[in-house]
Amino acid sequence: MADALLQVESLSKRFGGVLASDAVTLDVKRGELHAVIGPNGAGKTTLISQLSGQLRPDAGRIRFAGGDITALPQFRRSALGLARSFQITSLFLDFSALDNVALAVQAHAGHSFRFWRNARNEAELRQPARAALERVGLGSRADWPASALSHGEHRQLELAMALAGAPRMLLLDEPMAGMGPDDSARMVAMLRALKQEVTILLIEHDMEAVFALADRITVLVYGRVIASGAPAEIRANAQVREAYLGEQEAVS
Amino acid sequence: MTLFIEQCLNGLQFGLLLFLLAAGLTLVFGIMDLVNLAHGSLYMVGAYFAATFAAWTGSFVLGAILAFGATLLVGILVEIVVMRRLYGRDHLDHVLATFGLILFFDEAVRLIWGSEGLSLPLPGWLNTPVQILPGIQYSGYRLSIMVVTIAVAAFLYLLVMRTRIGMLIRAGAANREMVGALGVNIKLLFTLVFGLGAALAGLAGLMQAPILTVQIGMGENILILAFVVTVIGGIGSIRGAFVGALLVGFLDTLGRAFFPDLLRMVLDKNTAATAAPALSSMLIYILMAAVLVIKPQGLFAASGK
Amino acid sequence: MPALTPRNVIIAAVLIALLLLPVFVAFTGKIFMLTLFTRIIILALAAVSLNLILGYGGMMSFGHAAYLGIGGYAVGILAHEGITSGFVQWPAALAASALFALVIGALSLRTRGVYFIMITLAFAQMAYYAASGLARYGGDDGLTINTRSQFAGLINLSNKTAFYYLCLLLLFGCIYLVWRLVNSRFGMVIGGVRSNEVRMRAIGFPTYRYQLACFVIAGTMCGLAGALLANATDFVSPSMMYWTRSGDLIIMVVLGGMGSLFGPLIGTIALLVLEEALSGVTEYWQIILGPLLLLIVLFARGGIDGILRSLTPKVRHG
Repeated sequence: MADALLQVESLSKRFGGVLASDAVTLDVKRGELHAVIGPNGAGKTTLISQLSGQLRPDAGRIRFAGGDITALPQFRRSALGLARSFQITSLFLDFSALDNVALAVQAHAGHSFRFWRNARNEAELRQPARAALERVGLGSRADWPASALSHGEHRQLELAMALAGAPRMLLLDEPMAGMGPDDSARMVAMLRALKQEVTILLIEHDMEAVFALADRITVLVYGRVIASGAPAEIRANAQVREAYLGEQEAVS
Repeated sequence: MTLFIEQCLNGLQFGLLLFLLAAGLTLVFGIMDLVNLAHGSLYMVGAYFAATFAAWTGSFVLGAILAFGATLLVGILVEIVVMRRLYGRDHLDHVLATFGLILFFDEAVRLIWGSEGLSLPLPGWLNTPVQILPGIQYSGYRLSIMVVTIAVAAFLYLLVMRTRIGMLIRAGAANREMVGALGVNIKLLFTLVFGLGAALAGLAGLMQAPILTVQIGMGENILILAFVVTVIGGIGSIRGAFVGALLVGFLDTLGRAFFPDLLRMVLDKNTAATAAPALSSMLIYILMAAVLVIKPQGLFAASGK
Repeated sequence: MPALTPRNVIIAAVLIALLLLPVFVAFTGKIFMLTLFTRIIILALAAVSLNLILGYGGMMSFGHAAYLGIGGYAVGILAHEGITSGFVQWPAALAASALFALVIGALSLRTRGVYFIMITLAFAQMAYYAASGLARYGGDDGLTINTRSQFAGLINLSNKTAFYYLCLLLLFGCIYLVWRLVNSRFGMVIGGVRSNEVRMRAIGFPTYRYQLACFVIAGTMCGLAGALLANATDFVSPSMMYWTRSGDLIIMVVLGGMGSLFGPLIGTIALLVLEEALSGVTEYWQIILGPLLLLIVLFARGGIDGILRSLTPKVRHG
C-alpha cells in the first residue's frame, strides 16, 4: 500500500501583490511520478522552491517521510533525501562534469572538513559519480569541463547531480526545458526507468512527456490547484481544458 | 551647550556632505550596477581644481564653478574611456579596475600639483559668523554648505522622480536592453548619470576644501565613510543614503567631540586618554557592523530608490 | 610528473633562482638583494593566503592587510613588554589573527558581493584605528622592535641569510599546504561555493561554515606573514593595515593570476621588482601601476600565470 512520501498542506506564498502559491495542497505517493502542470506564471517554480527550501512559505505545511520540514533549511532537506534539479541550468561550469556530480555525492558523504587527501582520488566519491553519469548517458563526457557541454547535456548533468545523493525523492523543474525532440525522447525513456527507484515530482511543459510518464497530475493556475488526479481524468476535465490545454490550442 | 549645538550643526553639515558623495555612489551602483572605488578621487580632484581655479581667477565663487565643470568633464572622460568597458562585468573587476584608477589619480595629482597639500582660503563675505540663535554664532560658510546640499538633494529628488530623464534613469536601472530597444540612447544616459555622480563628488570636494586641507589621500579617507553610509542605508537607495549619511555624520562628529568625555566618566584617566581617539574613530564601523547583523541589506534595502 | 610546458619551466626556474639567491649575494656582495627578496617572500606569503580566499574561494576581502598588522603587532607588543621568545610571540600572532578572522568572518560572511567588500574594508580600518590609538605602542608613529624573535639558539633571525631561508621555507610550506587544501574535500567545497553558491546549498552543503573556516585559515597564514614582516623591518606601524595596503595585496594576487598555485608568488615578485626598478627611474612610477591594473582586468584576467599557460595550446573539447 503506497503511502504519501510528500505531503503539501495549504502552502501559500505572496510576493508583494502577487499570490504565487494559493493554499496549494497535494501529496506524492511513494514510488509514483506526480506531474505538476500549468500555464506560465502558475507558480510551479515557486512551489518547487518552497519544497526544496529555497523559499519560505508564508503559510502551510510540508511533510516529508512523515516529518515536518517546513522550517528546515535547504541543506538539511537534501540530507533527508529530497533532491532538486533546476529549470535554469545551474551547474559548476568551471569544473568537469564528473567533478560536478562528485560534489553532489560529497554533500551526502559526511562532513567536508577534510584538508589533506585529494578528493579527486577518493573512490567513495568518484564511483557513485561515474555511475550517475553513466545512468543519464553522459559517461563519455565525464572529464569534459561542464562549460563545454551542449544544452541538452547540461540538462542531463542536472539530473545526474540530483541522482548523485541517492535521493528518496526528486523534484524535477522542467528537466526537458529547451531540449530538441531527440534529447527529449531520451530523457523520457530515462525518467521512465528512474520511476522504478525514486519517487518523482515533475514540473514540465512538454505535454507528451507528462502524459507518457505521470501516474497522477496536478494542475496549477495562478497559484491555485484547480484539478488533481489520474491523467485520463485531467485530460477530460473541462476546467483544465479551458484554463490550460485550451490556451495551448489557441496558440497553435 | 553652545558647544553641543555647534557640534550638532557640524554633524549635520558633515552628514549632508557625505550624502552628496553617497548619493553619487549609490546612483551609479543602482543604475549601472557599477562599483566605483574611484569616487573619492573625483572628490579630491574637485578640491584641487577649486583651489587652483580660485587662485587663478582670484574669486572663490568663480573658482568653484569652474571646478564643478572641470570635475564633470573628468567624470565624463572617465566614463567614456574606462567605465564603459566595465558594465556587465563581475563586481570584482569593477573593484580592481577602479582601484587602479585611484592609483592613477593619486599619482597624476602628485605629478601636477606636487606632494604638498593646497589650501583654499575663504573670501571674507563667506567667512562671517551668522547668528542663528540668540547668543549663538555659527560659521556662515558651513551654513551655506548645508543650504547648497539640501538644494542639491531636492534637485536630485525632483530629477529622478519627476522628470522624463529621471524616468529614463529609473527605467534604465530596471531593464537596460528594453530602454535601449525603445530608442533611448542608453550609452548617453549612462554617461550623464556617471557624470552627475562625478559632479556631486566634485561639488562635495570643492565645498569641503576650505575646511580641510586639500591633499592626496583625502579621497580615500572619505570614500570609506561614503561606503559605510551606503552599506548602512542600503545600496541603491537614495533615501537610505540620506538617512545613513546623517546618522554617520552625527555619530562621527558628536562621537569625536563627546565620546572621550563619556569615556573619562566611566574609565580611569589614562585608559580613557589612550582609548578615546581610537574608539571614537571606530564608532561608525561599530554602527555599520550592528546594522549588518540586524539587517544585512541595509536599513532601506533597495528594490527601488 | 608535471609536464614540461613553458609555464612549468619558468616557474621551476624562478623557484631555483630563489633557492640560490643567497649564494648569488655572497658572490656579488649585493646585500640589498637579500633584503629586498626577503620582503618579497614575506609579502608573497601574504598574497598566497589572500589567494586562498580570493582566488580559490571567490571571497573578495579588502581587509586582508589587517592580519599583517595583527601578526606584526603581536610580535612588536610582546617584544616591547620584554617577551622576545619567538616560541611565545609567533603562536600569539597566529592566535590573534585567527581570532580576528573568526570574528570578522562570522559577521562579514553573512553578506555578499559589494557588501562583503565594504564590510571587510571597514573592519580592517577599525584595526587600523585601534592600532593608531595604542599610544603605549607608538600609535601613529609605529613601534620599533629592538630585538628580533628569539628561538633559543635554534636560529638567529638577525642573520640575513638564515632569516631568508626561514621565510622561503615557510613560503614553500604554505604553498604546499594550499595545494593540498584546494584539492581536498574542503577545497572542493570552497571552489564549488565560488563557482555557484546557490547550487552548493541546494545540493546540501552548509556553505557558511566552510567559508568561515577558509577565512580563518587565510587570516592565520597572513598573521604569520605579519610576524615575519615585523622581524624583517624591525618595525610595526598602523599604516601596514591601511586599506590601500589590502589593495596592494589584491594587485599582487591578480597580477600573478588568481586561483593559481604560484600566481601570488609571481605577482609579488613582478610587482616589487617593477617597483624597485622603476622607482630608480622616476618617482612617479606609480602612475603606470593604475593603468597596468586596468589593462590586466580588461585584457589579461588570468594574470601572468594565465599568460604563461596560454603559451601551451589547450586540448579542445567538443
